[in-house]
Amino acid sequence: MKTFLEEVNEMIGGVPIQRCYHCRKCTAGCPLAFAMEYNPNRVIKMIQMGMKEEVLGSSTIWMCASCETCVTRCPNQVDIARMMDALRQMSIESGRPAKEANVLKFHNAFLANIRLGGRINEPIMMVQYKLASGDLFSDMAMGVGMFMKGKLSLLSPRTRDMKAVRDIFAKTKP
Amino acid sequence: MKVSYYPGCSLHATGKEYGQSVRAVSKALGIELKEVDDWSCCGATSAHSTNFKLSIALPARDLIAAERDAMDVMVPCAACFNRFKTAQHYLDKDKALRSEIESIVGARYQGGIRVRNPLDIVSNDVGLDTLAGKAVRKLTGLKPVSYYGCLLLRPPEVCEFDDYENPVLMDGILGALGADVRSWSYKTDCCGGSLTISKTGIVVKMVDKLMTMAREAEANCLVTACPVCMANLDMRASEHVRLPVFYFTELMALAMGLEGPEGWFKLHNIDPRPLLAGLGLV
Repeated sequence: MKTFLEEVNEMIGGVPIQRCYHCRKCTAGCPLAFAMEYNPNRVIKMIQMGMKEEVLGSSTIWMCASCETCVTRCPNQVDIARMMDALRQMSIESGRPAKEANVLKFHNAFLANIRLGGRINEPIMMVQYKLASGDLFSDMAMGVGMFMKGKLSLLSPRTRDMKAVRDIFAKTKP
Repeated sequence: MKVSYYPGCSLHATGKEYGQSVRAVSKALGIELKEVDDWSCCGATSAHSTNFKLSIALPARDLIAAERDAMDVMVPCAACFNRFKTAQHYLDKDKALRSEIESIVGARYQGGIRVRNPLDIVSNDVGLDTLAGKAVRKLTGLKPVSYYGCLLLRPPEVCEFDDYENPVLMDGILGALGADVRSWSYKTDCCGGSLTISKTGIVVKMVDKLMTMAREAEANCLVTACPVCMANLDMRASEHVRLPVFYFTELMALAMGLEGPEGWFKLHNIDPRPLLAGLGLV
């Protein structure tokens, strides 16, 4: 059986994360570190220690905004941003509930919206998100304001070849 | 020159003024745009955060469609630009992945067309001298900070864009239009991206910091090339720190005396017209 470290390294497919020597440059430059449960370099250590439950169940993996500052500055080319993607994907595929449930609900609403019309229709996507998250009333005034300005339209252009788009979703389904 | 054009979803909706101003300045600069046939969404953060293959296959479909026109493809949205460059990066270096993605998309990927942001095309193909010559109304008194954010720049070996810690392309363009571009240290800091919907409080903190630092640099506005940055800065910043935010193409159109800017400015949440009126620019 593969260790957690081996699983993560295999998904990243680049430099093995154990090249990290914990200089903490990733954490020092991470704009979301202030809001994270575990700092990025700590996540690497936890993976090495096999702490799968703690890592995949953490809020950190959902708070990463994918700004890619960490991988850009890492002196060892560890692709920490890609690692966060891989951890999120592992968490979803294992059926664990996301610690930051609304972040995942947003992603799901966004992708469901692409499946619907090939392109994002922002008002409909927001309705999809709001129904899923139960967060019905935040940003309502802002949404109405944008609607009045003509920035949001229920009838936005769609992709014609929707079969091609749906095929992509069907064939990439884990 | 003629290029393929991928507007992406935002440029028809929340980033409408970016889409319209890109078209207006392209026309005025003699850049003909040929929209990519029947394009679909690049998948953005939501695809790569949840499903790696989906995040490559979605932009691959668009890249393949663009390849049929055999021209560079202009991608104004920083988020789409990043997904296109990332897809190219993986498709070019990983043969096994490439054939898998080709069978998912149902078409062959050739490679070889360049994915380009208008900041690059205006700076390097049009040139700043030509641009300055077209600026009939210099942006005197405007003190912008250039805000590049994340997705045009990082990771640098994928984006192949500008200096990734101190980018200068936008500064050059704004300077050529006569603006007094302020230097600051937050050019490439993150705005919080798509967390704006699900973790709003965190994004407010991040954009407030950007606004505060722009003020410290004595700027009177911020300028961006990304609809996500625009949305976060323009709509999430707290009232006591906020400054007007522009797309760089809006300011190009304003300086070039083109039709449209006043209508675009009305679409902003933070109305930039009082600032511009005070400077005699509208």
